[in-house]
Amino acid sequence: MIEFLKRIFGSAPSSSSTAKERLRLVLMTDHLALAPEMIERLKHDLVDVISRYVEVDRERIEVNFEEHDRALAMLANIPILSVNRPEPPAVPPSAPLASASDGVPAAGARVPPAGGDSGSPPRRRRRRKKPQLASAAPGSGA
Amino acid sequence: MHQPTHDEAIAPPSAVPVASGRAIVVTSGKGGVGKTTTSANLGTALALRGARVALIDADVGLRNLDIVMGLENRVKYHLLDVLEERVALEDAVVAAKGMENLVLLAAAQAREKDEVDTEKMRRLVAALRERYDYVLIDSPAGIELGFKNAVAGASEAIVVCTPEVSAVRDVDRVVGLLGNAFKPRLIVNRLRPQLVKKGKMLSVADVNDILRLPLLGVIADDPEIIVTTNRGEPLALRNDLATGAAYRAIAARIAGEDVPAPMPPEEKETLFGRIGAMFGGKRS
Ligand SMILES: Nc1ncnc2c1ncn2[C@@H]1O[C@H](COP(=O)(O)OP(=O)(O)OP(=O)(O)O)[C@@H](O)[C@H]1O
Ligand SMILES: [Mg+2]
Repeated sequence: MIEFLKRIFGSAPSSSSTAKERLRLVLMTDHLALAPEMIERLKHDLVDVISRYVEVDRERIEVNFEEHDRALAMLANIPILSVNRPEPPAVPPSAPLASASDGVPAAGARVPPAGGDSGSPPRRRRRRKKPQLASAAPGSGA
Repeated sequence: MHQPTHDEAIAPPSAVPVASGRAIVVTSGKGGVGKTTTSANLGTALALRGARVALIDADVGLRNLDIVMGLENRVKYHLLDVLEERVALEDAVVAAKGMENLVLLAAAQAREKDEVDTEKMRRLVAALRERYDYVLIDSPAGIELGFKNAVAGASEAIVVCTPEVSAVRDVDRVVGLLGNAFKPRLIVNRLRPQLVKKGKMLSVADVNDILRLPLLGVIADDPEIIVTTNRGEPLALRNDLATGAAYRAIAARIAGEDVPAPMPPEEKETLFGRIGAMFGGKRS
């Protein structure tokens, strides 16, 4: 936004502000220990889980990560279209939360595996890191 | 904060009786940002205050601290001679020029970093803490074994960062590995106030907006450092020069004196603005 205004008023962003912005972004991913592509996948899985309970507007979903004093928070804004459950959530159809196996031990609370790995073939790319993602706050952050 | 995985995790500082000296590791992650320069100058500045100081060059294989201190011709034995018990500690350390209360334990040059035994290193630092008020450990670059050996035995950490994206990122990583137990404090090195003013270099506030570490002080990018290093006389000996005085101020802060964090001269006019930004929390 600031960059945009600067462009309108004709002054290019200073290289130090570019440096700062690059740092901010790169550290966010460093702290997540997830590649940007993994974040996309996380968004996707998140929506899948929520869709079991309510119908959401997939086009208008926003997921952002913010850092406050070296603590990372995930902010998700997921518009709900209707509360009619598409189907009963008794047994989750696919369970992308199967336990991580490739050595990124998480110190915090462990989410128990929500069912088996039924449906999806076992893939090693499921590198997950839970504690930083703990505070998903739907609805906050316009 | 970056959460280290298990095998990366650094053991917390060794518990040594309170009466003993402090062991401070000087580290950065990234190479060439000024760890050795900082170690030499802070060691000198602390010794000038009358403290007993031991400098350890933990950069095994790339010995440098002896050169920066101008002691290369006096060094006979090195760290590994002591760790492997070929030489007694008191025979391996060399006194700085004209300062009996400042000694150097040089690194081995023709050896490898991974020849150092972490547990022996820990014990060596503990032994030095009984004889010296400060043990300053000059860490090698990186986050591998050489870094871990340098950290073993330390009770606290000073991280050196230049105002560059890569250096800040590496410090962030190192601080994540160290955790809070080492009470890491920050020295921003090689700042060029004029470039900051023109928006061409990250400011101290920019750097610490991200790192959020207690700031010990800021050292300018100063050609005098190169001149004094050529001569093997740490700049901290020169209280008449701004950067020499800055090292002394940082030493005073390390010793617990309540003096302000030194800033390079040209930046003083905006000092309060910067401090405000540093403590005022988030800026968008
Ligand atoms: N404040 C400064 N102003 C000008 N030059 C500096 C400053 N600090 C360090 N230098 C120069 O930068 C170079 C690297 O410094 P130094 O050897 O202290 O870095 P280092 O972090 O110990 O490097 P390494 O990771 O290789 O051990 C040296 O040539 C040194 O003289
Ligand atoms: Mg060095």
